Amino acid sequence: MNRSLLALGALVVSLAAPRSAHAFCGFYVGKAGAELYNEASKVVLVRDANRTVLTMSADYKGSLEDFALVVPVPTLITREQIHIGDPKLIQRIDNYSAPRLVKYMDPDPCNVRRYENRAGGAPAAAPMKQERRLSDAASEALGVKVEAEYTVGEYDIVILSAKQSDGLETWLRQSGYQIPDRAEAALRPYIKQGMKFFVAKVNLKAQKETGFSYLRPIQIAYESEKFMLPIRLGMANAHGTQDLLVFTLTKHGRVESTNYRTVKMPTDSDVPMFVKDEFGKFYKAVFDKAYKAHDRRAVFTEYTWNASWCDPCADTPLTQDELRGLGVFWLGGDASRPAYRTSYGGGSGQPMITRLHVRYDAEHFPEDLVFQETGDQQNYQARYILHVPFTGNLECPAGQQYKQQLQTRHQHEADTLAQLTGWSHQKILDSMGADAPGKSAAEEPWYKGLWK
Amino acid sequence: MRIPLPRDPRWLQIAFLTSFVFCGVALGAVPPEQAPLTVAAAVLTQILCVRIRRLPSPGHLSPVITGLGVALLVRSDLAWLPPLAASAAIASKFVIRWKGKHLFNPANFGLCACMLATHHAWASPSQWGQSTMLILLFVALGLAVVVRALRSDISFAFLAFWAALKAARVLWLGQPFGVLEHELATGSLIVFTFFMISDPKTTPDSRAGRVLFAGVVALVAFTAQHGFWVTNAPLWTLFFLAPLVPLLDRVLRGVRYQWPSLAAQPNAQLHPAGAR
Repeated sequence: MNRSLLALGALVVSLAAPRSAHAFCGFYVGKAGAELYNEASKVVLVRDANRTVLTMSADYKGSLEDFALVVPVPTLITREQIHIGDPKLIQRIDNYSAPRLVKYMDPDPCNVRRYENRAGGAPAAAPMKQERRLSDAASEALGVKVEAEYTVGEYDIVILSAKQSDGLETWLRQSGYQIPDRAEAALRPYIKQGMKFFVAKVNLKAQKETGFSYLRPIQIAYESEKFMLPIRLGMANAHGTQDLLVFTLTKHGRVESTNYRTVKMPTDSDVPMFVKDEFGKFYKAVFDKAYKAHDRRAVFTEYTWNASWCDPCADTPLTQDELRGLGVFWLGGDASRPAYRTSYGGGSGQPMITRLHVRYDAEHFPEDLVFQETGDQQNYQARYILHVPFTGNLECPAGQQYKQQLQTRHQHEADTLAQLTGWSHQKILDSMGADAPGKSAAEEPWYKGLWK
Repeated sequence: MRIPLPRDPRWLQIAFLTSFVFCGVALGAVPPEQAPLTVAAAVLTQILCVRIRRLPSPGHLSPVITGLGVALLVRSDLAWLPPLAASAAIASKFVIRWKGKHLFNPANFGLCACMLATHHAWASPSQWGQSTMLILLFVALGLAVVVRALRSDISFAFLAFWAALKAARVLWLGQPFGVLEHELATGSLIVFTFFMISDPKTTPDSRAGRVLFAGVVALVAFTAQHGFWVTNAPLWTLFFLAPLVPLLDRVLRGVRYQWPSLAAQPNAQLHPAGAR
């Protein structure tokens, strides 16, 4: 299975590459994925009409027996609605949609004919204390009803409904879940709205049998008019801010939040060459600056593109198989075909992928995230550009002119970088080395090329 | 001290909406070319409709306001769609009429008709962010405008009903107070309250009718938003409840509104049925 997927991946590369080169003329050199952030949760939301498939990736690093997940869900969830996903797919969609660094090679200014040459190239984790299930009578006394229980993959799952938040809190405590002190207030709005609770913990025996050292993502499929993500519960036990990446897959267009401002990250900026070596650090600084500039209350769009292609590609487009694996239920037929072959540039059910990055805390995000699907099919990506200077012989009038232009360009790149990241000019000039504006001209004596 | 204000409140509305548009462009929420295009489309449509119907010219203030309103609220990935929405908005004034009064608020009609017709139009209720100071400034300016427009009662009534319902929900759910502030401090709510539902040409003629209408719109929109998760619930509610206005006018009689500058024009008075 893995092998056939790999083979398909290779096919995607070989077919997609010429197209991207024509359209874009840039080389993809780096990306800034979710691994940059310490406490990033990743969620995939597939949505069309009322049908939703939610994939939650548990970014959990503690001991497995301590792990538990409490997620408010809009409806009762039956066994058939739960699936254990493949963590590789989350990694794939993260890689595919990550902010990217691309590079253009400057052409030889002395050779006009070569000028046309192409570029050289949200859930709340509640630690378990002790396994102790309450009797039905004890549960009933607390106003908590165990609606269903399943073991799926490595998880023991309980679906609860509750009448009072303090009852649910007590139930969870008495059943051995170590929930935070402020949980009761956070649980109350969900109970009042008639939501159910999806509670999962690791079945150690089943987990051992899977042979994996990590927890796989939980997927649930349900029908509800609520297009939202409950983030408030997770705030009860969090200190400071948390990063959340939401990947949505929808039929008609980009997804945005309806109750928080949705802003696109700055993009298409020319940055100095040294950014290549510290792209992760660079993007973190760019995000941090944008986050603060928008009062810490905005939702940031990092990518929105038709899933069938990319340009340039941070990773190959997801195959039909992978998209279905993530829950794109309307893609039927021959699942082994790569997604891009059925459509190019939109149409025929290929989903739009939106990557939203939220950094939230209790103060600035008083409500859960609510979304809407717009009809916006315009492609957007957070892309940063390197221009690699030409290093050959510049002994021609055009070459001399090019050297002058390089100075201006490097100055512009340094200014852009300072503006994007908030880094000091001095630090940037130091890191630019010989590229620093004014430096290369000073280093090269005027007479060096005189009698060559 | 009395600040001299223009006689026709629409000049103030235009000034307010224009500054709102500039703000939207600066925030990246409104594409820069959108407002010029929608305003041009609205004015041209009005000129065309007035010619076809052989009406005396009612001036261009109203279509400019409609064009600005559409520019503020309609979002699309197709550049020609917002101007089309503005044209549809103006055309609706001349086509969909009941007893000498147009039925729909033009900008509301243009927006909703476009959203119903195509996936390529939508409204982004939270695009303005929650910058409180900005909102306060907008509210203050908005108040000045509606006070002049004489029909501020409906804006105040709607805002009061809406805030009360939202506050009750926050209390019932036991949510932090910040939620209420968060839900009320949205730019699109301000545009809706002060420039859409308050349009004196499409509100009920009597004060009682206006307050009742505001209450019904608030209640239905609240139920749609929180009971059925309808996005942009106030906009849709106003659209679908617009036919209630003639009914309210039948039961609760009042004085038909006339823009002050037009009331002064003798030939405009001769044609009270003319759209403006």
